[in-house]
Amino acid sequence: MFVINCPFCGERDQSEFSSGGEAHIIRPKQPTELSDDQWAEYLFMRKNIKGVQFERWNHAHGCRKWFNMIRDTSNDKIHAIYKMGEKPPIV
Amino acid sequence: MKNKYSVFSLIKNAFSNHENWQRAWGDPEPKKEYDAIIIGGGGHGLATAYYLAKKHKITNIAVLEKGWIGGGNTGRNTTIIRSNYLWDASAGLYDHALKIWESLSQELNYNVMFSQRGVMNLAHNLQDVRDLKRRTHANRLNGIDAVWLNTKEVKKFCPIINTSQDIRYPVLGGTLQKRAGTARHDAVAWGYARGADALGVDIIQNCEVKGIKRNGNEVTGVETSKGFIKTKKIGVVAAGHSSVIANMAGLKLPLESKPLQALVSEPVKPVIDTVVMSNAVHAYVSQSDKGELVIGAGTDSYVSYTQKGSHTVVEETLRAILELYPIFSRMKMLRQWGGIVDICPDASPIISKTQIKGLYFNCGWGTGGFKATPGSGDLFAHTIANDEPHKLNAAFNINRFVSGDLVDEHGAAAVAH
Repeated sequence: MFVINCPFCGERDQSEFSSGGEAHIIRPKQPTELSDDQWAEYLFMRKNIKGVQFERWNHAHGCRKWFNMIRDTSNDKIHAIYKMGEKPPIV
Repeated sequence: MKNKYSVFSLIKNAFSNHENWQRAWGDPEPKKEYDAIIIGGGGHGLATAYYLAKKHKITNIAVLEKGWIGGGNTGRNTTIIRSNYLWDASAGLYDHALKIWESLSQELNYNVMFSQRGVMNLAHNLQDVRDLKRRTHANRLNGIDAVWLNTKEVKKFCPIINTSQDIRYPVLGGTLQKRAGTARHDAVAWGYARGADALGVDIIQNCEVKGIKRNGNEVTGVETSKGFIKTKKIGVVAAGHSSVIANMAGLKLPLESKPLQALVSEPVKPVIDTVVMSNAVHAYVSQSDKGELVIGAGTDSYVSYTQKGSHTVVEETLRAILELYPIFSRMKMLRQWGGIVDICPDASPIISKTQIKGLYFNCGWGTGGFKATPGSGDLFAHTIANDEPHKLNAAFNINRFVSGDLVDEHGAAAVAH
């Protein structure tokens, strides 16, 4: 349980947000040309890092906008929050 | 050789104030090399080692545990055992485990306190009724005992449930598996540890795995906090930390690790003699032999390894518990804790070889691994010993995420993922 600083609304309780999982997984440009292995990699395989991880979050019970977060999953500490499309800051 | 536990050994040891009991398992230093290494000394890992030694005669094994045995999810779950899963593959897997549970105490000469008090799953809306009836039929076709109960029968089986039709999510019926129940979670780890130790398995605690050594596409050993140990076969049974171990070997798994919470109340006199679960409102409750209510809450929606979880998740569960069981309104909760569960996209486990020779994974049990402990250990041991899955775990290979042959058990998994 932690507080998230939404880039659009400011600090809110984590319960207002929903996690969209690992960030920067790019949707395949030409899905018809993917092999089964590549589909599995895109759809299912996750780094699931214990430590600093890049994630997508959605302010589901607020502005409903998506953004990115760099968070340490071993202690739930948030290192940085940045908007979709922005380059991740170096932490 | 282990001394047999019996009423006579109990009486005998009473004369020496129970100070001279034989150690149940040793505390060895790791050898330089083993035929197989199991990473993870929880119930599943210890069971795997036990069956490798017992059934497949591979006794030069070490179980490496970074903390103490049974200190992870084995000691953190709500101890519910059932096999009423929808698909044939899952029914085969979980009922295999349930059948072993039925004689486990005798086999291990260790009382795991398996109690077949029944597990009831409640329906709160029409879709629940349809789904649960379908699951009952599927279970019966697979030879698993399951019955549908209407609201009156639910009330009769568990009188403290509020079956008023005026509550927000009224009870419209439920399913009952009478062979299902609970067991003492610590005893399962301890019983398997004692059994494995007696067969020559080294149980090495406080030994954290730091790396997996490979020679090309083959494993050659593990780097640990107690030095390098050589081996050709590694079985990973690390639950929430499976991805961490997989990353060491350069593998990615289809897992996300999330905190799952549970809590217990102060102990009270017997009030509920079965296990009641409700998917729709997310409340499940049973009573331990000590008298505490054991309540399972949900998972958080984000990846975390903190073993804590959010307060909102507990609040949501208790809200549902209070509406379904008004009698608990003044109960005080004593303890709350979290465990890290590794969840697969289809809510079914992985018991499988990998693309790396000699590396095997038993993971992805998500929120429901405890019930499968004996079956999981048995089938994983078979997979490691023969380098081929048993027919009961063939469907639970890692390749199903490539082939698309998923075993979707979100409906039967009980905890909403």
